[in-house]
Amino acid sequence: MSDEYEHKIEAKSDYVSDASSVSTPDIDAVPESELPDQDLYHSHSWWTTYVFSQDAKYIGIQYALTAIGTGLLGLVLSWIMRIQLAFPGLGWLEPAAYYQFVTMHGMIMVIYLLTALFLGGFGNLLIPLMCGSRDMAFPYVNMLSYWAFVVAVLVLLASFFVPGGPTGAGWTLYPPQAITAGTPGSDMGIILMLISLILFVAGFTMGGLNYIITVLQLRARGMTLMRLPLTIWGIFTATVLAMLAFPALLVGCLMMTLDSLIGTSFFMPAMVSLGEKLSYDGGSPILFQHLFWFFGHPEVYIVALPAFGIVSDLLSVHARKTIFGYRMMVWAIVGIGALSFFVWAHHMYVSGMNPWFGFFFATTTLIIAVPTAIKVYNWILTLWKGNIQLSLPMLFSLAFIVTFLNGGLTGLFLGNVTVDVPLSDTYFVVAHFHMVMGIAPILVVFGAIYHWYPLITGRMMDETLGKIHFWITFVGSYAIYFPMHYQGFVGVPRRYFEIYDSPYIETSTLLLNQFITIAALIVGAAQLVFLYNLITSVRLGKKAEKNPWKANSLEWQTPQMPPEHGNWGKETPKVYRWAYDFSVPGAKEDYIPQNQPPSEIIGAKVEKT
Amino acid sequence: MPITVAIVFLLITVGSVVFHFWSPWWWTEVASNWGGMDDTIILTFWITGFVFVVICLFVSYCVWKFAYKKERRAEYKPEDKKLEARLTWITTLGVAALLAPGLVVWNSYVTVPENAYKVEVFAYQWGWKYRLPGNDGILGKTDIRYINDENPFGLILEDPNGKDDRLVDGDELHLLLDRPVKFELRTIDVLHNFYVPQFRGKMDMVPGIITYYWITPTRTGDFEVLCAEYCGSGHYAMRGRVIVDKEQDYKKWEAKQITFEKMLAKNKNNNNLQLAKSSK
Repeated sequence: MSDEYEHKIEAKSDYVSDASSVSTPDIDAVPESELPDQDLYHSHSWWTTYVFSQDAKYIGIQYALTAIGTGLLGLVLSWIMRIQLAFPGLGWLEPAAYYQFVTMHGMIMVIYLLTALFLGGFGNLLIPLMCGSRDMAFPYVNMLSYWAFVVAVLVLLASFFVPGGPTGAGWTLYPPQAITAGTPGSDMGIILMLISLILFVAGFTMGGLNYIITVLQLRARGMTLMRLPLTIWGIFTATVLAMLAFPALLVGCLMMTLDSLIGTSFFMPAMVSLGEKLSYDGGSPILFQHLFWFFGHPEVYIVALPAFGIVSDLLSVHARKTIFGYRMMVWAIVGIGALSFFVWAHHMYVSGMNPWFGFFFATTTLIIAVPTAIKVYNWILTLWKGNIQLSLPMLFSLAFIVTFLNGGLTGLFLGNVTVDVPLSDTYFVVAHFHMVMGIAPILVVFGAIYHWYPLITGRMMDETLGKIHFWITFVGSYAIYFPMHYQGFVGVPRRYFEIYDSPYIETSTLLLNQFITIAALIVGAAQLVFLYNLITSVRLGKKAEKNPWKANSLEWQTPQMPPEHGNWGKETPKVYRWAYDFSVPGAKEDYIPQNQPPSEIIGAKVEKT
Repeated sequence: MPITVAIVFLLITVGSVVFHFWSPWWWTEVASNWGGMDDTIILTFWITGFVFVVICLFVSYCVWKFAYKKERRAEYKPEDKKLEARLTWITTLGVAALLAPGLVVWNSYVTVPENAYKVEVFAYQWGWKYRLPGNDGILGKTDIRYINDENPFGLILEDPNGKDDRLVDGDELHLLLDRPVKFELRTIDVLHNFYVPQFRGKMDMVPGIITYYWITPTRTGDFEVLCAEYCGSGHYAMRGRVIVDKEQDYKKWEAKQITFEKMLAKNKNNNNLQLAKSSK
């Protein structure tokens, strides 16, 4: 591989020195399209344009708004929980309600906010635009995907209103407790949760097929896989993971539904519940955990990989510098994705599975740290000798590096099976996963929204409000989760409605809890600033010029901004290079868009991509 | 502006280190033989802490040093194979340095010494009970179908090994200092986890199977037991006590615990009394 690459550079420099000769059509040649131009559905009414839309851009926005709306509920639930933990004396929450809020908060944030936002939201918005296609491969199925998601959300919300309330089984839904009497919402609540997840998986599969096939089949002429922006690599790989991982969740949900409704015993052994012998016999609770984490661990990367991809692009554009080690970055994304299917039982070191599994899963888990570390190195090496603009997307990307690094390193604690024993099921775990798959990806989401907002609305978001939002969110959330690790060292278990100052706790955890809660309330309130900015900038924001960040990738090169139905006007773009030709020596501008023909940049010493 | 951002990032890095060394929140003094776990954590802290500080300082430096100037161009250098290979190898070594000692400790955690004293920890929603093996050192077999008011542990009556088992009255367990003990973990309803922060050990209890882990208590004291696996509304209140005694105190306590045989006999007497009463 390396030889080929060196060779290409040489071949390239030949024609750079040729620059004085008149440009021939040859150097602009791009292979002809192998497929005819895509036929699109053209909407005729308000309903089919804005509601039952088949345009991926609209579907992306619909997905994003629904996900964010649901996420706000998750945020409010977390406030209520935090107030209970910090001020138990207020006594405004029953234990059952506390556990129901913990459960709904977790499930909403992981599935209905992050997964839906990254893949349904950014996937729909960016895949066709960045690949240079007119729309997704199957626009109608794409629309169904969104509406299945809406129904899943509605079923989830309905569980708040059934007798017994929503399930309080913890977001991991471990049986037997999920469907037995000691847990709140163990009748109707859990059933609605399982049905909602089943609907989500079905809906996601329809969307996921679209994302994969569109990336593989509908790229513009000249857009080779190794010219794709890393955003697309991240979303694409995450979707492949989701298509392989969600079936395990689906099966687990179906089996538990049967256990609960018709008394099968997939996960239920012979047991007693609150003094009463149940009729279950012979099932295995650990089997559910294997199914759940076979989905659940890839799920972490389903959220993280799109964030990795997006942040790579934001760093490159706003540091005006080529992403460092592009090919390494692509292989790291693919490698992490593949490895993520071999590490699931590191969530189960102390689950009661055969303890000898620990050796295998600790080893695979620590191996996955290597490609992940490479990504971090390449991000910071992209900053090195860059020309760093401290725009909002760059600030959020920098904050991502710090929080992701922190959360990734604490993963080395929990992945190393011995260290996991004292720390598992404590607040160390809570702090770790919030830092690594909560805060870090959410910071990327914010960066991405500030970055692509002008593409969607044609206007910029307000910079001052954005900076207020950034500093409170970044510093505040770090102040929440960094000290929380130390509660875990003390040994404070997670999922405790009330911790008390137990004899074993030498220093007050209540004090730390109060500090964390106050920080959480402030960070939460800062999101109102963001929402205000998001909504008012649609009308009041400064009008954006075309390609306001001077980026190279195709989404900024559409004839109109915001792009119209079909994206590209008469002809889809031709692609001549990757998306990272920033600050090329000899070029007039410090960026060269992917669709700018070589004949227009003669003299630029660009490396062949 | 760039200098402010660089300074804030620097402060966050320094603040994290300061918090680590000077905050009062740290682990409890270990009371078992698993100090090795603490050592592995310390080692992990040094390696990961070093990486964290170096990378954060690097980011702060870049933000300040390479701040945007209109007339300047960034370096154009898409790849550096040598550097990437070197970083990959260093990382691999660092990871191996973390993993190897971890696996050594894990190996001893999952290898129970043969002379370990066996204790059954019995969990239910939401409390703890304990059973000691009696003089034969063997815990009698159980089955949850046998559980009733007179046989709260569900001991199989036909198993002679169960007769001398001592059933602990209340949720307070005593352990003998410096004697290795294997906790045989049993639950009759949902998942639980027997956790004493000072012992460091942990393992889920799963209905239908007996799980285990072992420790050797290394100092006397009175410790709180917590359930560390979510088990329903009463999870947070599922606590108990473990007291580590020297030999004399331990013997005194052990002698007070009633054997299964005696308990059956006592119940029988009660039953006979009741029968006698009802027949009158």
